[in-house]
Amino acid sequence: MPELRNFTLNFGPQHPAAHGVLRMVLELDGEVVMRADPHIGLLHRATEKLAETKTWIQTVPYMDRLDYMSMMCNEHAYCMAVERLLQVEVPIRAQYIRVMFDEITRILNHLLWVGCHGLDVGAMTMVLYAFREREDLVDAYEAVSGARMHAAYYRPGGVYRDLPDRMSQYQESKWKSAAQIKPFNEARSGSLLDFLDDFAGRFPKLLDEYETLLTDNRIWKQRLVDVAIVTPERALQRGFTGPMLRGSGIAWDLRKKQPYEVYDRVEFDIPIGKTGDSYDRYLVRMEEMRQSNRILKQCIDWLRQNPGPVMSDNHKVAPPDREAMKSNMEELIHHFKLCTEGMHVPEGEAYSAVEHPKGEFGIYIISDGANKPYRLKIRAPGYVHLSAMDEMARGHMLADVVTIIGSQDVVFGEIDR
Amino acid sequence: MSAKLEALSQNLQQCLGDRVKSLKLAFGEVTLEVEAADYFSVMLSLRDEPDLAFEELIDLCGVDYSTYGNEPREGRRFAAVSHLLSVAKNWRLRVRCFAPDDDFPSLPSVTSIWNSVNWFEREAFDLFGIVFPGHDDLRRILTDYGFIGHPFRKDFPISGYVEMRYDPEQQRVIYQPVTIEPREITPRIVREATYGNAENA
Repeated sequence: MPELRNFTLNFGPQHPAAHGVLRMVLELDGEVVMRADPHIGLLHRATEKLAETKTWIQTVPYMDRLDYMSMMCNEHAYCMAVERLLQVEVPIRAQYIRVMFDEITRILNHLLWVGCHGLDVGAMTMVLYAFREREDLVDAYEAVSGARMHAAYYRPGGVYRDLPDRMSQYQESKWKSAAQIKPFNEARSGSLLDFLDDFAGRFPKLLDEYETLLTDNRIWKQRLVDVAIVTPERALQRGFTGPMLRGSGIAWDLRKKQPYEVYDRVEFDIPIGKTGDSYDRYLVRMEEMRQSNRILKQCIDWLRQNPGPVMSDNHKVAPPDREAMKSNMEELIHHFKLCTEGMHVPEGEAYSAVEHPKGEFGIYIISDGANKPYRLKIRAPGYVHLSAMDEMARGHMLADVVTIIGSQDVVFGEIDR
Repeated sequence: MSAKLEALSQNLQQCLGDRVKSLKLAFGEVTLEVEAADYFSVMLSLRDEPDLAFEELIDLCGVDYSTYGNEPREGRRFAAVSHLLSVAKNWRLRVRCFAPDDDFPSLPSVTSIWNSVNWFEREAFDLFGIVFPGHDDLRRILTDYGFIGHPFRKDFPISGYVEMRYDPEQQRVIYQPVTIEPREITPRIVREATYGNAENA
């Protein structure tokens, strides 16, 4: 009689379904997972330590690189924490712009998630559709900030600049004639808001298209239904937030429960799941995209009617206008101080959290009154969700591990920091 | 909102009694400080008292206070700061607890109260060297396998001590002392409280 032993499998760190650099040591009994031990930190860059050596404003671009699928939401949490310590008011138009871009970011994140999750589980087409729509939204990122991913658009005190009046257009080239590019440029002939309005009009129909591909798909359901069920009690005990918590049936959304910026002025609903399995989390995220689209439309309408400043006029925090700087001594001094020493944030500590596409993304700042943070702690939702991997994967098949990683929506930029 | 924070502060005083070392309200957030000896029992009350009902631990992080305010530190150096959330009551709380011994910082683990703290305590151990007795799997988590030191301590240089490169002669990856010089472009400045006031000019 041969001796039977559990089989240990090294999953990753270079596995296409590992969503980055996740190394997981899986102990298998046949094909059943007995223990999952994620090894993280392969992408650790010590962002928090680096922030201690950078001025307050220099840390903003580091935030983009945490969860590199939802860039502006990360900046948002950081800016809100700094603003809370500084006690500066953000102009209402900037608040609307932030809410609008938070929702654009949510759609961006969920589109990538549904694409990659589909790819992992075997629905190859999804990723192509998702990236088609992402293209429009990263163009919106580019229009406001000049960068398609790492925007650094939110700043303490507001946003970097107002929305542009025109969109970049496709140019005629050797390969594409003027007649061929004309349909591409139709939506781009107006301002950024016109472009986004066109997108918001199209998007619900596209979402229906995705759902026809997946929601009732037999294979999709076989792979997702009843995989990794998390009860509400366990979800709280494991510190879940965002779609992971809502998938387990707890109606908790910071945008509703602890509204920040202008979320109390826009209308939207929070979808929740019933059984808490991977399929419910999928449905929750799909519905969230619809709700985000609703918020997006409301923001566009408001922004069209209400021009105004987008940056605080407190020049101890926000740089002064270039023109004023060139003719005015006071402004010149402020500019010089801000660009060399940077702003000083009063002594104290603050924790600010946003409803990030993946869950609660929090920034905890301790300031001792210097021009740099004393300690910055990033509370990444994916870190907490991944720590529940062992509990979620135990007793499931090896192939389900891939589903679970996909359904947790992990990104290593934020987990390893 | 402030009425809610008042209620929370009152409930905290009532439920915890003299285990509260200090209770502060700033920027719309409540900060509770406790002694290490009371830490575990306070955390348990925070979760189980129906008037507090912190069923979720959002975050726990280590802090090294040794160079706070650019001045030599009096008092203890390492603290663990946790952020708690009550879904039922919709309020938050920050709990700070200083580790009694600077040379061997140690605090009881709260993994049995909230399972979510597991990786956060591993992280605090990895980056700050705070030990959590009662944690059943206190391994390093973010740094490399076989890493030496606790990189987020204030006396650990930003460039680290070792760097890694491929050595063509030995045909393997080797560690060597760092060859880069750390530089500081913008110095860290803490202004006195009255700096920039017109009356002092």
